[in-house]
Amino acid sequence: MSAKPTQRLHKPRKTKKPADFFDLRLYVAGQTARSLTALTNLKRICEEHLEGRYRIEVIDLLERPQLARGDQILALPTLVRKLPPPIRKLVGDLSDTERALVGLDLRPRSPGKS
Amino acid sequence: MVKTATRPALVRPVPKSPTGIQGLDEITGGGLPRGRPTLICGGPGCGKTILAMEFLINGARQFGEPGVFLSFEETVEDLTMNFASLGLDPRPLSARKKLSLDYVQVEPNQIQETGAYDLDGLFIRLGHAIDGIGAKRVVLDTIETLFSGLSQTRLLRAELRRLFTWLKTKGVTAIVTGERGEGGMTRHGLEEYITDCVILLDHRVTEQNATRRLRVVKYRGSTHGANESPFFIDESGISVLPIASLGLQHRLAPGRLSTGVADLDAMLGGRGYFRGSTILVSGSAGTGKTSLAGYFADAACRRGESALYFAFEESAAQIVRNLRSIGTDLEPSLRKGLLQVHAARPTTSGLEGHLSAMHRLIEEKKPRVVAVDPISNLISVGTSVEVKAMLARLIDFMKVRQMTALFTSLTIDEGHPEGTDIGISSFMDTWLVLRNIEMNGERIRTLDVVKSRGMPHSNQVREFVLTSHGLKLLDVVRDQGRVLVGSERAAHAGDAAVAAQRTTQRAPRR
Repeated sequence: MSAKPTQRLHKPRKTKKPADFFDLRLYVAGQTARSLTALTNLKRICEEHLEGRYRIEVIDLLERPQLARGDQILALPTLVRKLPPPIRKLVGDLSDTERALVGLDLRPRSPGKS
Repeated sequence: MVKTATRPALVRPVPKSPTGIQGLDEITGGGLPRGRPTLICGGPGCGKTILAMEFLINGARQFGEPGVFLSFEETVEDLTMNFASLGLDPRPLSARKKLSLDYVQVEPNQIQETGAYDLDGLFIRLGHAIDGIGAKRVVLDTIETLFSGLSQTRLLRAELRRLFTWLKTKGVTAIVTGERGEGGMTRHGLEEYITDCVILLDHRVTEQNATRRLRVVKYRGSTHGANESPFFIDESGISVLPIASLGLQHRLAPGRLSTGVADLDAMLGGRGYFRGSTILVSGSAGTGKTSLAGYFADAACRRGESALYFAFEESAAQIVRNLRSIGTDLEPSLRKGLLQVHAARPTTSGLEGHLSAMHRLIEEKKPRVVAVDPISNLISVGTSVEVKAMLARLIDFMKVRQMTALFTSLTIDEGHPEGTDIGISSFMDTWLVLRNIEMNGERIRTLDVVKSRGMPHSNQVREFVLTSHGLKLLDVVRDQGRVLVGSERAAHAGDAAVAAQRTTQRAPRR
């Protein structure tokens, strides 16, 4: 299942942004325990599955509340996969790795479950 | 820190935020609870969003309170378009930073949940919008949409509870709308969290006529009208018509006024109706109801007072023609503008439409006397409970303004004319019953005063004659225990003149 990412490990292309480059935005509100858990979990998932082809931007809405509108943020933390298309949204602290991988399209969606 | 001096505040009614919506402020005794959320619930298309938007727009326009509209259902473009067509264009207010519209998009089942979360994003957005314009009013329409996008119901409920508490700490007066649910007022039980004020809207169709209803289900710390009140939506927004909320505290108008018929004045203690009273004239078809109403309006105009005539059966021209045939001409009063006839078929608009039209006209023209001919035709629009409520409201409305009003009512059951009108007669101060009696091969009209509050009145049944030079009430002649009317009486009295008049000149029907 994770064959593709491991293959890519040998030929990282950081500058050119390949088609499967992951541009990720993590929305949080302040340095709360939950925010930090989410960021830790996200980094771990990315390192394990997307090494070398991801970028994480953390947006603290307490500092930039106006940005909540653009990505239609309601729940926090929210992870938005800006790239590759289509845009995907994941809410929660990403502690459920299976669901996070499904949400990022790194695992096929199991039938009967959205 | 509680000081003893603040104790009287306990008995003071809760501070209120006026909605500026006609009638609603009346029912709620001044508006929605200030600084607290109010739940407005109802089925689809019942007017929740309009009510909420009008609350915001009136707040910004009339009360200097900027507002935030957070829509979970419609985009800002759609909202703007819809409200511009209702005379509630939010754009000028948005431009002046008095109003902020935001669309919160919740895609059903598009969000993957991966662990613990909260709704801080929503709080931050809302807080940012509130602080951005110094909003005092907030609308969340319809927040329950969140349940379609996020699956953790228990978490959402806890977060909504937190949201409503947070809104209170922000000091904003909020409207939260909710879709009517099965078994509860809203689908997700928002009424459990919003306990200060709950208003229920309803949109039902009775015999092809759609009617809207509003009811204040609860209002903590305040008295409120508990009845269902009709409301309607037209080009000027929402108007609620509270039922009988004006109470019975109206001041009595001094004096009396003529019925327009000298003989009838005589029956009512010699001086006619009380000013500011309400009169019901009931009778079956062709008993002379419109004639009495016409004379009543005409008498007012002859005194130089303004009269407003609601005609639900005939056109103005027809009424003028018919009254001319019984000895009075309305034309000069019409030309002078003293008399205004508003003719409309009751079925052309819903009950609310009628209520509004009548209220608006009365408010606008400020007539001294009003005739509604006939009130029974409105039954074809609403059910009689609604007509009753509407009448109560209209009567209070006119009494407060010290207008004298005459209503005619068509009785269906000839045998028991009182029966059909029993429901509305209690609102009336004076009740005249007209009858058609067939006797000895002729049809005789009779009139009697069933009641007339606060004045001595005749208890006799009189013969009611419509002649080309006016309306007359003839004394009933008794002969050997029998009541003689019509030609029999004429014969008895040997009054050839009356007999001749009756036979050569049948009085016109009206």
